[in-house]
Amino acid sequence: MTTQTRLDSEAAAPEPQAPRTPARRRRRITPAKVLIWAGLILSTLIFIYPFIWLISASFKPRGEVFDNKIIPETFTFDNYLNVWQEAPMALWLWNTVLVTVLAAVTVTVSSAMVAWGFAYFRFRGRNLLFGVVLATMMLPGAVTMIPQFLIWNSLGMVDTLTPLWAQNLFGSAFYIFLLRQFFLGLPRELFDAAKIDGANNWTIFTRIAMPLCKPALIITLLFEFQAIWTDLMRPLIYLRDSDNFTVPRGLKALLDQYGFGGEWHWEIVVTASVITTVPMIILFFLGQRHFVQGIATTGSKG
Amino acid sequence: MASTQVNAPGTLGDGRAARARRIGRRRETRAALLFISPWIIGFLIFTAWPIIYSAYLSLTDYDVINDPNYVGLENYEELFRDPDVALALWNTFFFTVIQVPVYVIVSLALALLLDKAGRASGFFRTAFFLPKMTPPVAVGILLLLLFNGQSGLINEALSWFGIDGPAWTTDPDWVKPGLILMSLWSVGSSVIILLAALRNVPQELYDSARVDGANWWQQTRKITVPMISGALFFIFIVNTIAGFQTFTEAYTAFFGSGNTTYSNDAALFYVIYLFRQAFEFLNMGYASAMAWLLFVIIMIFTAIQIKVSRRFVYYEGEQR
Repeated sequence: MTTQTRLDSEAAAPEPQAPRTPARRRRRITPAKVLIWAGLILSTLIFIYPFIWLISASFKPRGEVFDNKIIPETFTFDNYLNVWQEAPMALWLWNTVLVTVLAAVTVTVSSAMVAWGFAYFRFRGRNLLFGVVLATMMLPGAVTMIPQFLIWNSLGMVDTLTPLWAQNLFGSAFYIFLLRQFFLGLPRELFDAAKIDGANNWTIFTRIAMPLCKPALIITLLFEFQAIWTDLMRPLIYLRDSDNFTVPRGLKALLDQYGFGGEWHWEIVVTASVITTVPMIILFFLGQRHFVQGIATTGSKG
Repeated sequence: MASTQVNAPGTLGDGRAARARRIGRRRETRAALLFISPWIIGFLIFTAWPIIYSAYLSLTDYDVINDPNYVGLENYEELFRDPDVALALWNTFFFTVIQVPVYVIVSLALALLLDKAGRASGFFRTAFFLPKMTPPVAVGILLLLLFNGQSGLINEALSWFGIDGPAWTTDPDWVKPGLILMSLWSVGSSVIILLAALRNVPQELYDSARVDGANWWQQTRKITVPMISGALFFIFIVNTIAGFQTFTEAYTAFFGSGNTTYSNDAALFYVIYLFRQAFEFLNMGYASAMAWLLFVIIMIFTAIQIKVSRRFVYYEGEQR
């Protein structure tokens, strides 16, 4: 319990900033403050403007996509109607949702199990084995990429969605590391008490440890959801038939066809980009607190 | 606590205690292995075997259709003769060596600004982080659109200041600078890491420095940067490793079946070339050799960075 409340308060901490207020109450405008706010507003504009540009371009007719105007001269909704006909966008979205949900759920459950195995039990060779887990994080993906492809190829799974998520059944080093840190923060007495009450290892894990680590499990889910949704390389390697594409792979195909492929229908590319990005923006607003906390903790503990 | 009870000597006869301990330990090991087994299986199939097989493949000619044909070290010799490997390495080094320091400095600057934003910091943090949520494919597309030489927003903005912007996406000299600038759009997560580190710097340090008359720049250089050097180093090393493996944005913007308009030599990064060798030209053996060269390069760079960091990085409560 203590860890959970600590984490929650940590996540909420950046906003209030209690101790520093007395000096700030006076609200004197100093040159330094003007500079800081100018910097903040300018950089916010730079970060947000590409989104505004993209969204506004998606409401422009073909000829005006590149006019750099914030408010479209001729406002049109046609792109959002046409894009579904020009490409199997709905199917791509469905494929992506399927892969992403499967990948995120399996990696969270399997990584939590493995992390618990390393955090709770004491056995010979534990540190050595955990060292191997950490070492695999250092291995560039390029080394294992080709043999992994050959494995899926020999199983006849190329051009199916399976290779995009099935490896997540076996946990992922980064999340094992992350979740183990959280499990180690739980008080051991809790589990010993449950054991005396007759709980077995599995119940201790599912009924006590997992619920207490909910924030960390949510972080894992969100991180993996984002990673899989946005991935291009694996879909490029594994998917051939356009009916099997995920949205990023489909977006790349649209760019190749409508962008510099000669047809020059950038309004379709722009609109498809918006459709690909919006779910991630929604995901961020749904889990903002967890994203921020997850990034801050991995950064300070890595 | 249960295990310490079992371990407590003298409570039982020595032989029985040892036996109980052994059984307990064996049970615990078995339970642990059960929990860890998914990772062990996955490691053996998807990491250990691929490492061995990749090393073997790198000594062969293999096109997936025909059986691998053993050629000894020929692939590795070819690496040093292949002008495209040299080009890809040059592009990748150029990108990483410039991108990483700029990226770290920009994240630090933004984190320092954000730290001073007071109650509004939540809003600005969201603004800085949103680009990080954008799929890299969309970032690659945005690069093509915003950095377009004739009608792109960047060049239009430059023209307000009387600057005639370059052809970012077609001029080989400006392709990498464009990619570097675009990559700065996604500094969000580094900013959050650094902000968290900034918030952990004890306020007393600044208070006493101010008493001693230190100005903002002195405080930043002598207190802030050393106190958050651990986080800075983390970002530095993670981004270097990522920089060597940069792929998606550049591949989206400059490669693929539809790209017939650009000469894309300037965007041929190492992993892009590796990917093309493996999955477009089906030279699996050669691509495996390329992967091992990349592995060695990353290891060397990481080792150097860790060694150098020992002299600069300060960890609070350091045990060593």
